[in-house]
Amino acid sequence: MTATTASDQGGAFTELPSGYRLVVGLEVHVELHTATKLFCGCPNQFGDDPNTNVCPVCLGLPGSMPVLNAQAMELAMRLGRALHCEVRPSVFARKNYFYPDMPKDYQVSQYDQPTNVDGHLDLPDGTRIGIERAHIEEDTGKSTHVGGGGRIHDAAYSLVDYNRCGVPLVEIVSRPDFRTAEQAKAYVNELRAILVATGVSDAKMEEGSLRVDANVSVHQPDTPFGTRCEIKNINSVRSLGRAIEYEALRQVDLLEAGERVIQQTRHWNEDEGRTHMLRSKEEAEDYRYFPEPDLVPMVPDPARIEAIDAALPRLPAERRAALAEAAGRTLPDESVTIVVDRGLDELALDAVAAGADADRTLTHLQHDLDPDHAANVPAAHLAQLVELETSGALTASQAKQVVAEMGETGKAPEAIAAERGFEAMDTSELEGIVDEAIAANGEAWEKYCAGEQKAQGAIVGHVMKATRGQADGKLVSQLLEQRRSA
Amino acid sequence: MSPVERFQTAAGVAAAVAAGERSARSVLDEHLARIDEREGEIHAFNHLLADEARARADEIDARIAAGEDVGPLAGVPVALKDNLCTRGIPTTCSSKILDDWRPPYDATVVTRLRDAGAVVIGKTNLDEFAMGSSTENSAFGPTRNPLDTSRVPGGSSGGSAAAVAAGFAPIALGSDTGGSIRQPAALCGVVGAKPTYGRASRYGLIAFASSLDQIGPFARTVEDAALLMEVVGGHDPLDATSIPEPFPDLRGTLGRGVEGLRIGLVEELLGGEGGFQPEVQTRTREAADALEAAGAKVDVVSVPASTYGLSAYYLIAPAEASSNLARFDGVRFGLRDERATMGETYDATRTAGFGAEVKRRIMLGTYALSSGYYDAYYGKAQRVRTMIIDDFDAAYERFDVLLSPASPCVAFPLGDKTADPLTMYLNDVCTIPSSLAGHPAMSVPFGTGAEGLPVGIQVMAPALGEEQMFRVAAALEAAAPGGAR
Amino acid sequence: MTAPISRDDVAHVARLARLTLTDDELDTFTSQLASILDHAADVEALDLDDVAPTSHPYPLENVVRPDEVRPCLDRDEVLAEAPSAEDGMFRVPPVLGEAP
Ligand SMILES: [Mg+2]
Ligand SMILES: [Zn+2]
Repeated sequence: MTATTASDQGGAFTELPSGYRLVVGLEVHVELHTATKLFCGCPNQFGDDPNTNVCPVCLGLPGSMPVLNAQAMELAMRLGRALHCEVRPSVFARKNYFYPDMPKDYQVSQYDQPTNVDGHLDLPDGTRIGIERAHIEEDTGKSTHVGGGGRIHDAAYSLVDYNRCGVPLVEIVSRPDFRTAEQAKAYVNELRAILVATGVSDAKMEEGSLRVDANVSVHQPDTPFGTRCEIKNINSVRSLGRAIEYEALRQVDLLEAGERVIQQTRHWNEDEGRTHMLRSKEEAEDYRYFPEPDLVPMVPDPARIEAIDAALPRLPAERRAALAEAAGRTLPDESVTIVVDRGLDELALDAVAAGADADRTLTHLQHDLDPDHAANVPAAHLAQLVELETSGALTASQAKQVVAEMGETGKAPEAIAAERGFEAMDTSELEGIVDEAIAANGEAWEKYCAGEQKAQGAIVGHVMKATRGQADGKLVSQLLEQRRSA
Repeated sequence: MSPVERFQTAAGVAAAVAAGERSARSVLDEHLARIDEREGEIHAFNHLLADEARARADEIDARIAAGEDVGPLAGVPVALKDNLCTRGIPTTCSSKILDDWRPPYDATVVTRLRDAGAVVIGKTNLDEFAMGSSTENSAFGPTRNPLDTSRVPGGSSGGSAAAVAAGFAPIALGSDTGGSIRQPAALCGVVGAKPTYGRASRYGLIAFASSLDQIGPFARTVEDAALLMEVVGGHDPLDATSIPEPFPDLRGTLGRGVEGLRIGLVEELLGGEGGFQPEVQTRTREAADALEAAGAKVDVVSVPASTYGLSAYYLIAPAEASSNLARFDGVRFGLRDERATMGETYDATRTAGFGAEVKRRIMLGTYALSSGYYDAYYGKAQRVRTMIIDDFDAAYERFDVLLSPASPCVAFPLGDKTADPLTMYLNDVCTIPSSLAGHPAMSVPFGTGAEGLPVGIQVMAPALGEEQMFRVAAALEAAAPGGAR
Repeated sequence: MTAPISRDDVAHVARLARLTLTDDELDTFTSQLASILDHAADVEALDLDDVAPTSHPYPLENVVRPDEVRPCLDRDEVLAEAPSAEDGMFRVPPVLGEAP
């Protein structure tokens, strides 16, 4: 599909055929970063031998009883506050259905009284996504399907491992505020950054500690939202975008063919690049929710919430605003977004405060410094490097190499430049080389003088070769321009 | 001769064993001999643990010989209702679906019993998953009342009640959801107590209705009931609904008498209309008179919402049960009737594994929770529960304890009430209100009714009112016709 | 007041509870459940909108445990009770559909 974005009513919309509009809401399940499971003392640990992290509680053995993990509650509230939610008194409920990876045949989850409600998350592009709720629930076990190619529908039998069963999750339910697949992807990236920054989760989609379901519908402007389908099994941010776009087009095709969209759960098949039906939701599930009688209500202490607020780290939106302000940029700004995503915004702020040119600072932090090496680079070094570059002592490409090495070695920029023999080439020396290059590329020079701008490539290439790449490309261009207009 | 005179008490055994006057082994052998003699006709036990108990008794004797203090139940044989998890020992809930299941862990109360020096002698029969009032709903056959083996022992803890009444063990644990300790205690002529909801840990008690279930003691004396309650009661961090308060010294209150206590006879539970046997009503009034004679102030009190108790209970308990019993699915333990798919296996396993009464309650509870009916049934019943609590609170402003019969009738013949489930449910009319309120209540034998069978008087108290409840129980025991011990 | 429970209701509820009933059982259970629910009609008829529901008779709140690891069960002991096990896991017949 050709998903282009257009500006419309202040927000970006995925352009669908025949004027349809896309509406998406996301449900994100996040595993909380605790030592133990939600209701028992088994380790919350990924990758151990099957059924070794289990006890009567998480196996749902008769007579066992859950007791809530204090840290899970704490992390859930922290996430709620990071998403600007109201943290409220909450009650756990039982959601009843039979399934072999769920030992009690009910899931303990918060239903009508969740811990967190009514929050929001601001995307880097400025769109505000409403958060309806972020509630706590327990994870299920994992089934392996044996025979029939390992697919659930034609397996000979299944094997169940309950190690993951009872791992604490928060399910973050957004409002249907997404209008493009790009926004949905940006939201997940943003959410991941928040989860990591707050220590709530390691948020690894590849390990399943962050899982995304998308509710997708399409409609015509000024008409009610269409019937939605829930897309499951989305394993990466890239798949999220593809799945939404595929599903939206599928629904448009149905409607255009005079059919209707049927509410159902669909499965994203990454290899085939399509969704297929899991089950129809026409006969609504009857989960028979009721308050979990083995657990008691949680009533957060206002002082506790204040303490959580006070201890919250600065979150990406706030960090972007601070960096944009310091760098004289207006949001949304791609460089600012990337530098914050890479976690290098503190360094940028300090370097700029030390007098470094903001644009060059952002450029280096966006592309040239490995975030894992940031600790090796004091802001003073970065400011010195930018100063060397703006004063002309280093060319842009030299500066780029020096930044990378600063990260690797922790050395000062002058020392690296000296070791590498990066000395400012004086202009008269460069002028000589430029003239040689013009003489050697007569044909290109003629074309360049005739106005064919890209013909300068051959001449610049010659200069770069002659200077082993140390010439300042910008300066070379200036010299060529001077000679052409002379 | 009353059972108390014929058999030793737990307090007596523990004192003798601890002092080295008797061996735990000889105490055990004496009880095993009685079991040998009568268990065939009574069927109190699902699993008799004779070998394990002998080894345990010998261990206790060795520790006492070595000068150790083995605890307040030194060498006392205890019978456990077979819905309490015992590690490596079959725990069946008298259901085919648990098919010789051996739990990999002990219930908290079982751990506490062992720590107190008790000797677990066996696992007792019950109505399947504690659903019933006669112990006839057991997959392993009914238990019979030791006082008249043509009659039921009551239920659902009928095996524990019968074991104590027959002298198979001085004390036993049962569980009480709507009267499952108090009613069989009444029908077997023993003491049975349900503490305040949250006083005894439910960890390891196979759940029937989680917001109602409580573990409690059976004994032949009020003192023994208090002793056992003290051992198993108290806060447990493994049960989130467990009350974080120290358990009171009940035995210390028993001798204080009832002088000045205010005692209310609950009008609605005296059985103005039919259903209550006249002898039961008479004994209840006599019990009140006896307490008055002992210095208490007695009056009649109304707890109006208690009349809705039965209806609310038979919505709430099945609803919770329908969810609690979902895990019996043939996946991880117990019975599996394997079919071509998981779905068919669920259906086959549960259909084969559960008896009729359990199925009835699972379906009733599923219905009460299902979409469109929740508000009318489960939701409404939970509001009735609030009304009942409010009415009790009002009564407890004027009275320290309340009195009623524990059961509207004495032990009835086997098969008498099995045809119509509702008839059986009506047996719990006196015990259910305090279950819904979560209040402590106990049954104390007080004379006899029809056919010379025992009558139990129910003593009820407000939440955490175990001390005054046991005080009154001790006074009733002392005043009981046929003489105290 | 809700309509009396029907044979179809009982069949539906049996499906939800994963129980299979014969036709005779369906009839018997329908009439038994109807009579129990009829007895509960007194409760159903009450107007209790102003009364809060009680889900715990002894009201506690904020009961939590510290986030500390406790010993797990021995896998062999756990799997010894399983109707079927393979490779350290519980073996079950084909599940066919994904969880709802
Ligand atoms: Mg969920
Ligand atoms: Zn566990």
